[in-house]
Amino acid sequence: MTYNWNWGIFWEMSPEATGTYLDMLLMGLRWTIATALLAWVVALFFGSIVGVMRTLPGRTVSIIASAYVEFFRNIPLLVQLFLWYFVLPELLPKTAGMWLKQLPNAPFWTGAIGVGLYMSARIAEQLRAGIKSLPRGQAMAGTALGLTTVQTYRYVLLPMAFRIIMPPLTSEALNTVKNTSVALTIGLMELTARARAMQEFSFQVFEAFTAATILYLLLNAVVVFGMRRLEKSIAVPGYIAGK
Amino acid sequence: MKKLALATALLVTPGLASAQTLTGTLKKIKETGTITLGHRESSVPFSYIDDKAKVIGYAMDICMKIVDAVKTELKMDKLEVKLVPVTSATRIPLIANGTVDLECGSTTNNVERQKQVAYTNTHFLTASAFVSKKANNLKKIDDLKGKTVVSTAGTTNIKQVVEANAARNLGMTVLPAKDHAEAFLLVELDRAAAFVMDDILLASLVASARDPSLYQLSDEAFSLPEPYGIMLRKDDAPFKALADKATSAFYRSAEGAQTYAKWFQSPIPPKGLNLNVPMNEKIKKIFSNPTDSPDPAAY
Amino acid sequence: MFSGFDFDVIWRSLPYLFWDGMSFTLMLTALSALGGLVLGTLLALMRLSNMRVLGAIATGYVNLMRSLPLVLVIFWFYFLVPYLGQMITGSERPLVVGAFSSALITFTLFEAAYFSEIMRAGIQSIPKGQVSAGYALGLTYRQVTGYIVLPQALRNMLPVILTQTIVLFQDTSLVYVLSITDFLGAASKVAQRDGRLIEMYLFAALVYFLISFAASRLVRALQAKTAIIR
Repeated sequence: MTYNWNWGIFWEMSPEATGTYLDMLLMGLRWTIATALLAWVVALFFGSIVGVMRTLPGRTVSIIASAYVEFFRNIPLLVQLFLWYFVLPELLPKTAGMWLKQLPNAPFWTGAIGVGLYMSARIAEQLRAGIKSLPRGQAMAGTALGLTTVQTYRYVLLPMAFRIIMPPLTSEALNTVKNTSVALTIGLMELTARARAMQEFSFQVFEAFTAATILYLLLNAVVVFGMRRLEKSIAVPGYIAGK
Repeated sequence: MKKLALATALLVTPGLASAQTLTGTLKKIKETGTITLGHRESSVPFSYIDDKAKVIGYAMDICMKIVDAVKTELKMDKLEVKLVPVTSATRIPLIANGTVDLECGSTTNNVERQKQVAYTNTHFLTASAFVSKKANNLKKIDDLKGKTVVSTAGTTNIKQVVEANAARNLGMTVLPAKDHAEAFLLVELDRAAAFVMDDILLASLVASARDPSLYQLSDEAFSLPEPYGIMLRKDDAPFKALADKATSAFYRSAEGAQTYAKWFQSPIPPKGLNLNVPMNEKIKKIFSNPTDSPDPAAY
Repeated sequence: MFSGFDFDVIWRSLPYLFWDGMSFTLMLTALSALGGLVLGTLLALMRLSNMRVLGAIATGYVNLMRSLPLVLVIFWFYFLVPYLGQMITGSERPLVVGAFSSALITFTLFEAAYFSEIMRAGIQSIPKGQVSAGYALGLTYRQVTGYIVLPQALRNMLPVILTQTIVLFQDTSLVYVLSITDFLGAASKVAQRDGRLIEMYLFAALVYFLISFAASRLVRALQAKTAIIR
């Protein structure tokens, strides 16, 4: 093999002179986490709204919601990020577009919100399935008790639906983490991008990618562990998850 | 896979005994009947794609000279030339892992890269500078303080700008772009204030921009002029010797100077643009006295 | 800067976009879906087999692939495949692998992990009694798997498999990071060359949308149809 292995590379200074190559990768990991967290918040927020809208009886509301889901589901994430990053600022009025471009950390905000919106369509679908899986009697009972629609969702349907969809939500959370790497195409220096940069600066391809792989596995383990803990702590007695 | 089977078949065919005494890349070329050239997509005028999707350029012409020399050396009637597009970030791993035999582009030859790859004689010298919009009035490196700056991933330039950022405490945000065209686009769209790259590539990007008058090159450079070389695999002395011989004969011949003039002092495709970069003293020297030294001070 | 839309640029580059770009994308999607399904089925069978070691290998592989971002996997294989090829063929030098083969290998290996989960669910959905009945009739493991289990598992899972293929179709756009000319690669090359980003990216989004949307509608129709038959 014409490849020079050098595992000591992680302890050598990176050209950024702020630390070693290992520090460089860890900095990337931090950006991955920050992006994934913001994306997750965006995804949950919009996903919940759209998911609820899809279960409401109103026809217009449900058409708008399904258009939203179809839009975000049928365009590749990479293309969506290009739309937000390259196309949107040019379509806005000049000053607004300029403001958007000059935003500090533009790749981070664009990436996090872009990934979040993409994921929100998937969460909306999960939530809709969760709400639909509840016995119809629950909503009726809410109405019978004199609750408004908002109250029925807030106090009866959503708490149960979210508990039911905890397992798929866990894998969507993992997908959110993984999808943040697509934002490297718009210049976000997250973990995969850092591994790439390390490879380019040091020419140690396989060491850099191995380290990134291990860091992703660790991050996954943390997410899974966290979601399981959450799932257990919110479980309702009497249901399978509640034991 | 098919090629491999073919290669083994050739190997056991009597009358091709010479293939067995060959080693490395030459052996591979003889056995497979193909040579793979790595090319760039937007390194004007070194290696790029014209409007007819054809790969052309100064470095491509030089590589074809090496291909001719290989053909003569191996006494082959036919040698298939395969073209593989490479980027700044993929070119070194692709040479090392055997995908590409010769990389014909605008690759800086330095000591660090020689740990992974080898270079034949230098074909150009260029310094690392930056381009920006005239309206922003950025001329010196210190003017970039606090700005967003783009460079192409995997280049020596991005490394130099990252190092300068740390050394001069400039607080710049350095974005890596996939290729030169994308990097220049980020400046055009005001996503980045400046694009740091080899001055010759910047000059050609500006010349081919929609409105060249909008842009200016910096007065200050990030580095001394550094040598460009055609890359080949490391530890392959016979192939390198052949490439060195072919290129040095080419540079010394009248054809060498003609080829230089063809790409740097005449209109070139796709838009008939003339870069108008006559040979400077240093470049004249590498033509009269070819060298593969990675040391900028040696030129 | 981008005063006025230029739809002509789309018209002019249509042959390049579809002939070069889209054909690459569709080829890659079809072949890696097929390869991924075959390999994924093997992985699923390994996981469900009685052989512990095989099961552990398959589980490890599937979990590893599913934990990594596709972009990272694309980079990994792009640089690794030539060396792997060298190891497998015992050649004395790294194998020369073109852009298409490299992408095909990457997506096949990556998608296999996802298809294996689908096939595993499909196989597990077959009532145990059928397998026992097969063995009682004197069929071998291969016959039971090939004639009884897999055909039904495939049919039950067809909508899910096709949906995953639509996801794969969208995911192939990520070969962009390797400067490969797939549909998006072609669109972005034209966009950068002619400075027509808005037109080209909007057009690319529209094309991806129409194809994915139409395909998912077809899958839904198919799902409804198979649901009635069963």
